[in-house]
Amino acid sequence: MHTITLREGADLDGFRQAVRRLAAARTAPDEVLWSVGAPSLFGDDAPPSEDGARVFLPQAVGRLIETVVCHSDPERYALLYRLVWRVLNGERALLDQHADPLVHLLERLDKAVRRDIHKMHAFLRFRALPGPDGEERYVAWFEPDHHIVEAVAPFFVERFESMAWTILTPKGSLHWDRRRLMSGPPAERPDAPAHDRLVDDRFAEGWQRYYESTFNPARVNPTAMRAEMPRKYWANMPETAAIPAMVRSAPARVQAMLEAEAAVPRRRMPEKAVAAMARQAPDSLADLNRLIQRSEPLVPGATQAVLGEGPEGAAIAIVGEQPGDQEDREGRPFVGPAGQLLTAALEEAGIDRGGLYLTNAVKHFKFTQRGKRRIHQSPTAGEVKHYRWWLMTELGFVRPRLVVALGATAALAMTGRPVAVLRERGPMAFDGWNGFVTVHPSYLLRLPGEEERRRAQAAFVADLRRAAALA
Amino acid sequence: MDDALIEKLGILADAAKYDASCASSGAKPRRGGKEGLGSTTGAGICHAYTPDGRCVSLLKILLTNHCLFDCMYCINRRSSNVRRARFTVEEVVELTLGFYKRNCIEGLFLSSGIIRSPDHTMEQMMLVARTLRRDHGFAGYIHLKTIPEASPWLIEQAGLWADRLSINLELPSDHSLKAFAPEKNGGTIKAVMGQVNERIVEAKEERRRFSPAGQSTQLIVGADDATDRSVLETSGTLYQRYGLRRVYYSAFSPIPEASSVLPVKPPPLQRESRLYQADWLLRYYGFTVEEIASGGEGGMLDLGIDPKLAWALKNRERFPVDVNRADREMLLRVPGLGARAVDKILSARRHTRLRMEDLGRLSSGLRRARPFLIAADYHPAGGLTDRLDLRQRLVTPSSQLSLF
Repeated sequence: MHTITLREGADLDGFRQAVRRLAAARTAPDEVLWSVGAPSLFGDDAPPSEDGARVFLPQAVGRLIETVVCHSDPERYALLYRLVWRVLNGERALLDQHADPLVHLLERLDKAVRRDIHKMHAFLRFRALPGPDGEERYVAWFEPDHHIVEAVAPFFVERFESMAWTILTPKGSLHWDRRRLMSGPPAERPDAPAHDRLVDDRFAEGWQRYYESTFNPARVNPTAMRAEMPRKYWANMPETAAIPAMVRSAPARVQAMLEAEAAVPRRRMPEKAVAAMARQAPDSLADLNRLIQRSEPLVPGATQAVLGEGPEGAAIAIVGEQPGDQEDREGRPFVGPAGQLLTAALEEAGIDRGGLYLTNAVKHFKFTQRGKRRIHQSPTAGEVKHYRWWLMTELGFVRPRLVVALGATAALAMTGRPVAVLRERGPMAFDGWNGFVTVHPSYLLRLPGEEERRRAQAAFVADLRRAAALA
Repeated sequence: MDDALIEKLGILADAAKYDASCASSGAKPRRGGKEGLGSTTGAGICHAYTPDGRCVSLLKILLTNHCLFDCMYCINRRSSNVRRARFTVEEVVELTLGFYKRNCIEGLFLSSGIIRSPDHTMEQMMLVARTLRRDHGFAGYIHLKTIPEASPWLIEQAGLWADRLSINLELPSDHSLKAFAPEKNGGTIKAVMGQVNERIVEAKEERRRFSPAGQSTQLIVGADDATDRSVLETSGTLYQRYGLRRVYYSAFSPIPEASSVLPVKPPPLQRESRLYQADWLLRYYGFTVEEIASGGEGGMLDLGIDPKLAWALKNRERFPVDVNRADREMLLRVPGLGARAVDKILSARRHTRLRMEDLGRLSSGLRRARPFLIAADYHPAGGLTDRLDLRQRLVTPSSQLSLF
């Protein structure tokens, strides 16, 4: 018989060492006595050989061990070693056999530890203390059933990384100073600071008020509450002090509601306000533009929203894709290279740019940063739809006789479907508007050959002339 | 936090308690890091339970309980005499951060009465979420109750900051809505659900954040004359057509200052609970609305037994089921066997022929499952499922059920 003594708490390393040595010496579970804390009567005669080689176990077994060593049952190591022994002796898939009595028992221990961890995540309450440099420090007292203090640490570090905090428990303590985590010895309840040292700015009081108000007496069901929040946790949760009174007064509160006469409104009917409520859409283009400016870009990055430009009542509205780099900086549509090309083409077609309404389907510049350059990215169909309400409302104020969509994105915004611009260019019915589709001037900028570009540009000018004739 | 703020918190938490949802699940893992605050873990955590058995996961409050709408079932309707209060955007932010830092909550569930206009209201709510996220690096959970009558651009702005959007339908049929909620419109509500669903699907494809934990809704049960069947039909449509994550059922509850149109009465909690069970069968057990409804009578679920047992008793010819052979779909239809037990059975039976003793370790509902099962050492003799008193033998004395 061998005796192995592991330290108090969840001694995963000690257990791992012991398993390596025992497995290397092929020691059967019945030949091992596991003891925790004080060395046993028989003395610690664990090592049947020097350090054993690593033992390869299925991942699921490793995970189960990590949790179950946290359990406070003194039998846990013996049970785990039995499992390891059987897995190493041919039953690799033992953990799939949920009906096996040993597996079933270990699963119950595993579940108890997990539940304990979950409840500590949930029911631990921090209180604020004055810190040395005026910064608040948060302290909590909690009494877990199992040795889970180290297991819960990552959760609290992740969640409250920017705060300095201390968690005190009878099974060990944790201290986080915004950079490092330190483990400390077990604590006792009086170690947690008394009320008069707290600067909790009455948050505890506010929380209790919230807790009481969110309770619906017509649904009182303390059994369901206790199933999830057993009494043993209540001492650590300030809000639970109110429970007895809440339960006691519930029937009377319900009775009072049931007996009360139906209420007759005491206030005057706010007829004007109700009528006014219905008129909420922006009632001018300026109003709409203010909304657009206040709104967040769907794709972050843009400096500002770029609004439409031109007279309300213009005969033709031209809809482009989205602002580019220069438009984003200046806050005006069609001022970059493509915009200049458009201006030149309009001139050639004999159309006065000042008489047009110019806008974009998408109001924000979407780009990827490459070094110092901001490279334009086409908006996705989803982004185009997202901006559609604004575009339609905008056109509603401008009321053009004809809407000219430049390029595929604008055509998508106006029709709600993908449009093959080169094939379908020309007049087209838009959603509620007389429309016309042609290429976007940036397409002309991208054409490689001089000759090709000249031909495409002439076709673009011809399109603009046709559109002007339709308007 | 001064007296006035505590007082407002009391009023506006009370006003928000009739909304059933408190879930904080389904968000992608996220953390605030060194500068921000908080994290979301995907599963959500219930930080407390109130004596009505419901959990406290989020700070569930209204921005204001002033309301221009006059929905008869609602304590905050304009004709109600309740005390009114109103938070500022900054106050809600302060409360959320303060409670979050003390580990009382997973985040915020913000709803509101409608003041001035739906757009104004929705914008204030959106601003709360934006301030939390942008100015405070808040990484906790945010659930916003959208105002369906608000402009689409505002609802889309809200989706940029929230983890979940919900749009309460409240009553399953248009005619009930017309009768009890004159300012609401079923068509508008569903149009918004459609819009939000479309945005969620697109954002997922385009790897953007837009209400990543999806959308949910609430139906009030027992305020109108809708049957369980029509409630479930509505839910079925909502799940299928709008990709809703959850439909919550809220038993209409007596409220102070009740309207004369809807006399106060005890809440039909048992009915609510059966609907939740049915909803579960709809989402996770492969049942259709038609099958579930067929277990009851006249479009109402059986209040005495759960809908799965009710279906099994009416389809006895399909039982008993051999646990060592049946496929997953059929095992899921055995009363008393949950999805987790079924998975364990499937994995365990690859290694051994399961006996009753084994099943006792795999499932905690074996007492109810027994008449419907065949195991290696157990064949219900003489067709237990034909016994007339089977129902009586399986019904436990009725008691208040847990609501979740």
